[in-house]
Amino acid sequence: MRLIFEKNAESRRGFKIQVSDVPQTTLPNARYLRKELPGLPDVSELDVVRHYTNLSRLNFSVDTNFYPLGSCTMKYNPKFTETLAGLEGFTAVHPLLPQLSGGGVLTQGSLEVLYNTKKLLCEITGMAGFTMQPLAGAHGELTGVMLIAAYHKHNGSRRKYVIVPDSSHGTNPASAAIAGYQVIVIPTDKDGYMNMTEYKKNLNEEVAAVMLTCPDTLGIFNPRIKEITDLAHGVGALMYYDGANLNAVLGKCRPGDIGFDVIHINLHKTFATPHGGGGPGAGPVGVCDKLIDFLPIPRILKRSDGTFTLDYHRHKSIGYIAPFYGNFGVILKAYAYILFLGKRGLIEASESAVLSANYCRARLKGHYDIPFDRICMHECVLSASRQARRGVHAIDIAKYLIDKGYHPPTIYFPMIVKEAIMIEPTETESKETLDGFIDTMIDIAKLAETDPDAITRAPLTRSVKRLDETKAAREPNLRWRG
Amino acid sequence: MNYVPHTDKDTSEMLKAIGVGSVEDLFRDIPGALRPKSFDIPEGKSEFEVCRYIKKLAAKNATDLISFLGAGFYDHYIPAAVDALVSRSEFYTAYTPYQPESSQGWLQAIYEYQTAVCELLGLDVSNASLYDGGTALYEAAMMAVRLTGRKKIIVDQGVNLIYRTMLYTYTSNLSIEFIETPVVSGQSSREEVFKHLDDSVAAVILQNPNFFGAIDDYTDIVKKTHERGAIAIQSVYPISMGMLKTPGEMGFDIATGEGQSLGIPLSFGGPYLGFIAAKKECLRQMPGRIVGATVDKDARRGFVLTLQTREQHIRREKATSNICSNEALCALRAVIYLTLMGKTGLKELASLNYDKAEFAKSVLEKIPGVTVKRSSPTFNEFTIALTKNADDIVYKMVDKGFAAGFPLGRFYKGMDNYLLLAVTEKRTREEILKFGDSLEAALCD
Amino acid sequence: MRVPDELLYTKEHEWVSVKGDIATIGITDYAQGSLGDITFVDLPKVGSVIEQFKRYATVESVKAASDVFAPVSGKIIKINEELTAHPELVNRSPYDEGYFAKVEMAGRKDISNLMPSAEYKKYVEGLA
Repeated sequence: MRLIFEKNAESRRGFKIQVSDVPQTTLPNARYLRKELPGLPDVSELDVVRHYTNLSRLNFSVDTNFYPLGSCTMKYNPKFTETLAGLEGFTAVHPLLPQLSGGGVLTQGSLEVLYNTKKLLCEITGMAGFTMQPLAGAHGELTGVMLIAAYHKHNGSRRKYVIVPDSSHGTNPASAAIAGYQVIVIPTDKDGYMNMTEYKKNLNEEVAAVMLTCPDTLGIFNPRIKEITDLAHGVGALMYYDGANLNAVLGKCRPGDIGFDVIHINLHKTFATPHGGGGPGAGPVGVCDKLIDFLPIPRILKRSDGTFTLDYHRHKSIGYIAPFYGNFGVILKAYAYILFLGKRGLIEASESAVLSANYCRARLKGHYDIPFDRICMHECVLSASRQARRGVHAIDIAKYLIDKGYHPPTIYFPMIVKEAIMIEPTETESKETLDGFIDTMIDIAKLAETDPDAITRAPLTRSVKRLDETKAAREPNLRWRG
Repeated sequence: MNYVPHTDKDTSEMLKAIGVGSVEDLFRDIPGALRPKSFDIPEGKSEFEVCRYIKKLAAKNATDLISFLGAGFYDHYIPAAVDALVSRSEFYTAYTPYQPESSQGWLQAIYEYQTAVCELLGLDVSNASLYDGGTALYEAAMMAVRLTGRKKIIVDQGVNLIYRTMLYTYTSNLSIEFIETPVVSGQSSREEVFKHLDDSVAAVILQNPNFFGAIDDYTDIVKKTHERGAIAIQSVYPISMGMLKTPGEMGFDIATGEGQSLGIPLSFGGPYLGFIAAKKECLRQMPGRIVGATVDKDARRGFVLTLQTREQHIRREKATSNICSNEALCALRAVIYLTLMGKTGLKELASLNYDKAEFAKSVLEKIPGVTVKRSSPTFNEFTIALTKNADDIVYKMVDKGFAAGFPLGRFYKGMDNYLLLAVTEKRTREEILKFGDSLEAALCD
Repeated sequence: MRVPDELLYTKEHEWVSVKGDIATIGITDYAQGSLGDITFVDLPKVGSVIEQFKRYATVESVKAASDVFAPVSGKIIKINEELTAHPELVNRSPYDEGYFAKVEMAGRKDISNLMPSAEYKKYVEGLA
């Protein structure tokens, strides 16, 4: 498709601006003004609407395609949550209103949403307190590690290291490093668990925190998690829970009960909020009692009369990590979702996610290698090693799935599995959909034996064929120039 | 409960295929001792009930105030086409476009967004978005630290205090030294900036228009910054780019800002949009996703995520940033907004904002007890001095139906009687006149 | 896979060619083959000092970034500027046009820590 910039027709207009009802004023001195107008296209509203509508149709999405993208929880989200987030009573609220004298009374509805969601998240995770401010999962991780740093600093403890397993999301080591820590990576043992010998060897009083995803990125719940936690606490290190996979264990276990000290939740994964093609998300951070004082400001409090207020006076707080109170629109959707599903619904969602992942695993076993073949949680990791020997790699399988109308699973992650294919069917997909996908995966495995070229040619049905990513990286073309 | 699709028959067939007797068997790796001590969540409600309840909460917010409140976050009109297009679920129910062939719509839209941002700011490269204006400024500061290998940063006090505070929070464990330089008569103090500017400085951070609404030409500061081998960073209000000199024209290396005013609702603080653009020399240090154009097997143009070796999923602890999820849907709003406006529309919009603010100045300066600060030109926001405490006046003005601006004493010592007013294109002549009358009355009370 | 006889090698798949005090360094044919299409080479500045077996450069492909270790200690006196615009030279000509840098060696003793071609060839075959 042509770019919207390539549809420019000088002086065509896409939006009618009202006639000014005030006098025109002399502009400031020319040295303050731009010499040329920005090279934005002059197009009509229809041009814009048709352009972006047609662009949207070039995407796979949950509403149009099964989307088993491992680690990303691409489930269906009820539409009413979108409607609620669009209510003018919420969208029109200026974030500085409560900071005006007497302004707190003007935003009681929004503050109540934030406070109630916070309370629900505390109960769901077993944590003592939450900040709703982090704007995405990785932002939550950074906030969490900063809280850990503040805690150790407050206790006069100088610590240098953060431990992560090699199966972790890349954001974990990146967040730890950005917060000022050196990262120690622990390998995975043959059963898919963090290697305990290496863990114990590296754990000492210079370790600030151990960051774990639970269930981990292989979709496995580590039954020794309590032991890992106790060992860390034994040397004064804190336990960080990457909540990316929390949707596997709602009502089945709570990070707080296990002994985790800090947790982030990706609201856009575990609770309702579509991912928006990359974001926005929200990454609230929960903490145990001893970390509450360090949470970012402002804190949202409920007064004895049932009204809500913001508290900026927390001298131990790490400060501002977001300009205001978090991605409010995203938090609102999660709140509505939790109220809608309720206790039983949340538990059922986790059960469905785990049932579906195991069903995929069970039916695909025999057709694909499964490096850690055991009961999994909400996702299962296969390997295309067998197919790779026929010249069909994970990426080829992914592209062929596109031609069959499926968004591919996550591939080549976790990095510790060769030719990894990570399937997360999610809680909302029916057995019929799963069967259709599984049958296609089985067909691919067979085709890899008989006609590998048919797979490696794919995709043939999209607006473009396989794209030259090497060229893109060698000769960066990152913006249009007329 | 209708959210989970499996029928009893499905469930038993699936369990049979797995080879376990019950769903609970699938959770046997979670030891009994680790089962929840409590899970006291209310039972679910119907869609109707949840909507009725949440609509009640929405009604508790005051949204009928006529707003002169800005301070970095502005009440601009959002064309209906923006909402209509971002409501297409082929956009909002997709994930990050990892598989380019099934995500060309998103990838092209981001490429267009990157182009629009570069055009707006007069710079070479942009990324696919960051969380907000504050985190974008922090990412820019860290780029400068990596590019220069230095750890001292000069920050002008005209930079939004919220962003300055965020910078300090994020870097509190990184031994980075910040030096704040004052604003004098609305303008960045050259004397103070140059006094601190030496070969150990990584970056100079400025904002235009600054927090007081004043506009400036920072060309001289940028030149001196470059002479010292440091990076010049500007935080920008994007709507003003329809009129004001761009960061590129002033020679800045990196520009960032809050994109909320580009078709994104105020929404009590988020989701918003952090934008960042830079000279091409800074490209390898850019944080986050970047989309690039390339060709497919048949030499057709297509788009992919590129230069990913900067990112956390590949570079892990050595990544330029930890960002993964960004604000793509807000970036889509911004590019749709900007294309609807077009270059001509954006210019008109900027002029309208400017004229309304100038009109408001002319109205307000006639009021006894009000002094309009005119030492510097402004865009659509300006500072007035009152004879009374601004906090108290704002409080009174709420009763008269106005969000009467931001009391500067909240952020700046000794400015208790100063009020910061934003006048967007949405404010009518009548509203401005009525605001003047109400302010006059409030000052007399 | 080419392993020229006249060069010396490391276990991390770097090569070095010594002429007097000057060493020319790069990555081996095996290394470029396993990295795939190289998209970017990040080289140190001329004048910087590198240390044997310590990281001094990074090579990137589309989906990976790999550290490159110095085969000898010394001072960088020249870097291969061509690689900025044409990283593919490393794929096409790893031992010649795709060299990384020239180094003024700190001393000769580093050489004894390197493998001659026959030994490197055997080492690589052992990896398969």
